[in-house]
Amino acid sequence: MVNTSVALSGLVLDNPVIAASGVFGYGREFAELYDINILGSFSIKGTTLLPRFGNPTPRIAETYAGMINSVGLQNPGADKVLEEELPNIAKIFRKPVIANVGGFSAEQYALCAEKLAAAPNVGLIELNISCPNVHGGGMAFGTDPAAAAEVTRAVKAAVSKPVYVKLSPNVTDIAEMAAAVEEAGADGISLINTLLGMRIDLRTRRPVLAAGMGGVSGPAVFPVALRMVYQVYEAVSVPVIGMGGVSSAEDVIEMMLAGATAVEIGAANLTDPFCCRDIVNALPAAMKKYGIENLSDIIGGAHG
Amino acid sequence: MKQSRFDIVSNSPVALNTFKMLLRGDCSGFTAPGQFINIRIDGFFLRRPISVYDFGDGCVSIVYRVAGRGTEALSRLSHGSLDLLLPLGNGFDVSKAGKHSLLLGGGVGSAPLHALAKALAGAGKRVTAVMGFNSAAEVFGEEELARAGAEVIICTLDGSRGEKGYVTGPMQGLDYDMFYACGPEPMLRAVEKTAVSDGQFSFEERMGCGFGACMGCSCETKYGAKRICRDGPVLNREEIIW
Repeated sequence: MVNTSVALSGLVLDNPVIAASGVFGYGREFAELYDINILGSFSIKGTTLLPRFGNPTPRIAETYAGMINSVGLQNPGADKVLEEELPNIAKIFRKPVIANVGGFSAEQYALCAEKLAAAPNVGLIELNISCPNVHGGGMAFGTDPAAAAEVTRAVKAAVSKPVYVKLSPNVTDIAEMAAAVEEAGADGISLINTLLGMRIDLRTRRPVLAAGMGGVSGPAVFPVALRMVYQVYEAVSVPVIGMGGVSSAEDVIEMMLAGATAVEIGAANLTDPFCCRDIVNALPAAMKKYGIENLSDIIGGAHG
Repeated sequence: MKQSRFDIVSNSPVALNTFKMLLRGDCSGFTAPGQFINIRIDGFFLRRPISVYDFGDGCVSIVYRVAGRGTEALSRLSHGSLDLLLPLGNGFDVSKAGKHSLLLGGGVGSAPLHALAKALAGAGKRVTAVMGFNSAAEVFGEEELARAGAEVIICTLDGSRGEKGYVTGPMQGLDYDMFYACGPEPMLRAVEKTAVSDGQFSFEERMGCGFGACMGCSCETKYGAKRICRDGPVLNREEIIW
């Protein structure tokens, strides 16, 4: 028997497979397809203090081996998520979930995180300081180490549950960002959010996305994500959740060798709704193939 | 929704840049005309959401326009099987039909009206279908729609077939108590301005997943945000914010 369990700041997961924020809603659509309790956990749709409709459509474009989105943090707001969505999640998922929190000021991040952390089934907070699709916030905090540290400190002061900071890849020095939020008290780092990109329609000669630009995800970004997880693992001592284009059990193992304790799966869920279930089921055989008994033993194993 | 492999029975042109594909597999899940399927095409990351032309007897058919590289690749397939997600979306509500329903289609947006006409005519309702195209070369489905029991009126913008002009032209002379419309958004807006009864509109949008997870195709309605893929693609006239 292989052992797939991993631990994030005391939160023990049966396996490292986490459905990423923004592709899994509040779990409902996937719970109709399979028993989502097979997952290690999932990260809820990015939630802000106040409700948001998000960006105009088109919000989706395609690229080679991936996609670009500019949804813009559409969500019903922290109160509704706390009162309706999180209790509904408890009915279909008996494990703790990750509450992904967005915002436009350090105060808003802290207030939103405080509300969501009050739910018994929230296991940890994932601070989204890296959304490329909202103006005046989101990624603005994720590209300046001082601003990222300020948000981290504000949220840490407001909640007692572990706080993981989700970093943007749209920076020159990812290790500097990771070190700054660790110094500010982050219990862990998750990365990468999407890479800023765009497509242009040759017929209209205008950007495909209504917002012009959006976040690139999917297998196309996997090597970039892997490299950044590798760099961050060397820069910090807190756990890292790796994500970006992961679509197979082998990708999960590769991400863990780079330094991830757990792995989030995003875009793959949209084209193959059963992929998280299939990856969890494929993990033991992939571990055997590569001589792994305890999955947690390989975390950071690629570092000399 | 199910993920299922369907065999390609046939795939051939029915009009200019327009193909009809017949697929064999488990169609037991369909509940209404106007639902759609999401097709994985080799070499493309996102699936292609395509509305259903007809379903039943273990087969589903689609009529699609070659609009980009994905649908072009789809049009070249002649055999083998495809990975589908289906059925998706809510479809048209035939229970809203009164005595005489008006079906309005624009271009390839006319495709889902076929199964709708069959369902309505089968329930003993009078059905008139007005379908608009750019030119005669793009017209499809006219005879099949008539066989399904609909009175069919064709309009073309260049006048090369049927009445010259938009579907809103013939619409103004007809006495109907419910309408169902599917086509490009400018056409739907024109129908909204012209219509004198309750109605339903089927919308098109670029989608990420097609089953309600990603919020890629949201629109604002009088009853809050709705996902075109899951809460639509068919919306009631009274809830739409134009």
